[in-house]
Amino acid sequence: MTWRRLVVPYAFIGAFFLFSAAFMLAPTIMLAIQSVQGDGGFTLEYIASLGEYRYRIAFEHSLVLSIASATVGVVAGGLIAYAVLKPGAPTWLRSGVTSFAAVAANFAGVPLAFAFIATLGSLGLLTTLLKQVGIDLYGLGFSLYSISGLTLVYSYFQIPLMVIIISPAIAALKPSWREAAENLGATDGQYWRLVGLPVLLPSLLSAWILLFGSSFSAYATAYALTSGNIGLVTTEISNVLSGNVMSSPQTGAALSVGMIVVMVGVLLLSATLARRSARWTAPR
Amino acid sequence: MTRIVLGCAFLYFFVPLVMTVAFSLWEGGSVYGFAAYRSLLHRPELPTSLLLSVELAVATAALLVTLLLPAMIFMNLYAPRLRPVFEFVAALPFVVPAIALVAGLSALIEGPNWLIGTPFYLVIPYFFLALPFAYRGLDVGLRSIDLPTLTEAAQSLGADMGQIIRLVVLPNLRASMIGALLLTLAVVIGEFTFANVLLFRTYAVFINQIGQHEATEAAALSVFSFLITWGAMLGVLLLGRGSASLAGAR
Repeated sequence: MTWRRLVVPYAFIGAFFLFSAAFMLAPTIMLAIQSVQGDGGFTLEYIASLGEYRYRIAFEHSLVLSIASATVGVVAGGLIAYAVLKPGAPTWLRSGVTSFAAVAANFAGVPLAFAFIATLGSLGLLTTLLKQVGIDLYGLGFSLYSISGLTLVYSYFQIPLMVIIISPAIAALKPSWREAAENLGATDGQYWRLVGLPVLLPSLLSAWILLFGSSFSAYATAYALTSGNIGLVTTEISNVLSGNVMSSPQTGAALSVGMIVVMVGVLLLSATLARRSARWTAPR
Repeated sequence: MTRIVLGCAFLYFFVPLVMTVAFSLWEGGSVYGFAAYRSLLHRPELPTSLLLSVELAVATAALLVTLLLPAMIFMNLYAPRLRPVFEFVAALPFVVPAIALVAGLSALIEGPNWLIGTPFYLVIPYFFLALPFAYRGLDVGLRSIDLPTLTEAAQSLGADMGQIIRLVVLPNLRASMIGALLLTLAVVIGEFTFANVLLFRTYAVFINQIGQHEATEAAALSVFSFLITWGAMLGVLLLGRGSASLAGAR
């Protein structure tokens, strides 16, 4: 009886760790090794090749797109969450927005790309309708197949993602804080600047990081929208993997390592900032 | 202010949906009808690719239930010190993007063919795709029940480990388990990255291929995908644990 009590639990825990080590950790380590391994042993050639124009621009595109769509997501999603959670907002609105957010946050990838092509593509329905009333979007310089177009599409899953993540934090803002601030004569602006936003800051930061990551690693939406023609890090890696471009697998590994470094860097940055902001908001 | 925010949000979120539905019904000129939907029904790849994606989703869910669920229950019961390691593993898929994981997997695993030649090879990366939110969902479920007290109560009544898990832990976890599994279903059915790079013809790969040639049929498939997502999320929300819905087929 005793051996079962000890062996069975650790066998299951061990199986999970073993599986994760073999198929998650080992491939990651493999990437790191591959990225510095040339024909004649150790080389930094492939890491250095990330400085080439083609890959530099891919990282630049990915970073700009991720920062832009994460920021749009945090601001718009935060405002929407506040609008439906603030005291006096009708319950049907709250539950309606929450359920729609759950659906829209998971409606991403290829179907989302085609929904936007049907709407705002060069032959999309909205593009055509607007043209009929005299607004030529593509003539004005807009394109769905650009970084700003991708930001518009990504916002479709980023904003609802933000609504889902931030709602608990906004719901936790106590009405008594607001009443106390008002009793002391604070204006609406002062309440937000001095009380509301500082309290929310750690949650907003971690939400931004999550949104940044979801957009930085996004691949399907961009691929279906641009067929890999707009250089993003994810589409560059897939070009290498599927042999569309003449580059060695080591370049793909170096690009992947670059992505992981960016993600780890962003996480560390957010941890530092969160600690700093926690110093001011920690309960005494 | 509130009205402007909600009004803009309403326009941004509903116009693409309405336009996509309208576009899927467009037959050229000013003729509207169900031609795109009809012609989809005549494509044999639609049922086969959708079936493959559903099978992969079920297989992934089965792997989560056999590998992750018992490990998490036993960790909570016997080895809570290992929690940080679990947290680390569950966070890894966020740090290592899907496309990087698939690059690493193809570099590391070059055979045998019975493994990498079948679409069910995808279940391995899909497990990690689902891991972060499955872990979070089950963790919320496990923390919301007072496991030590329940275990002690059951033990004092003479229950052994198997009975505790079957009669005490699992019934309490049912809602969060079904929630995690529905999310897995939605994510795996929409997953494109791994399938496209590893050249398996799943549902999302099929949609992408259609979309390169037939715009209205692609719009019709988008509408269909939205309904699938909607159905899965409705299930999650009806279980009352809708807050844990952070998935990722992006």
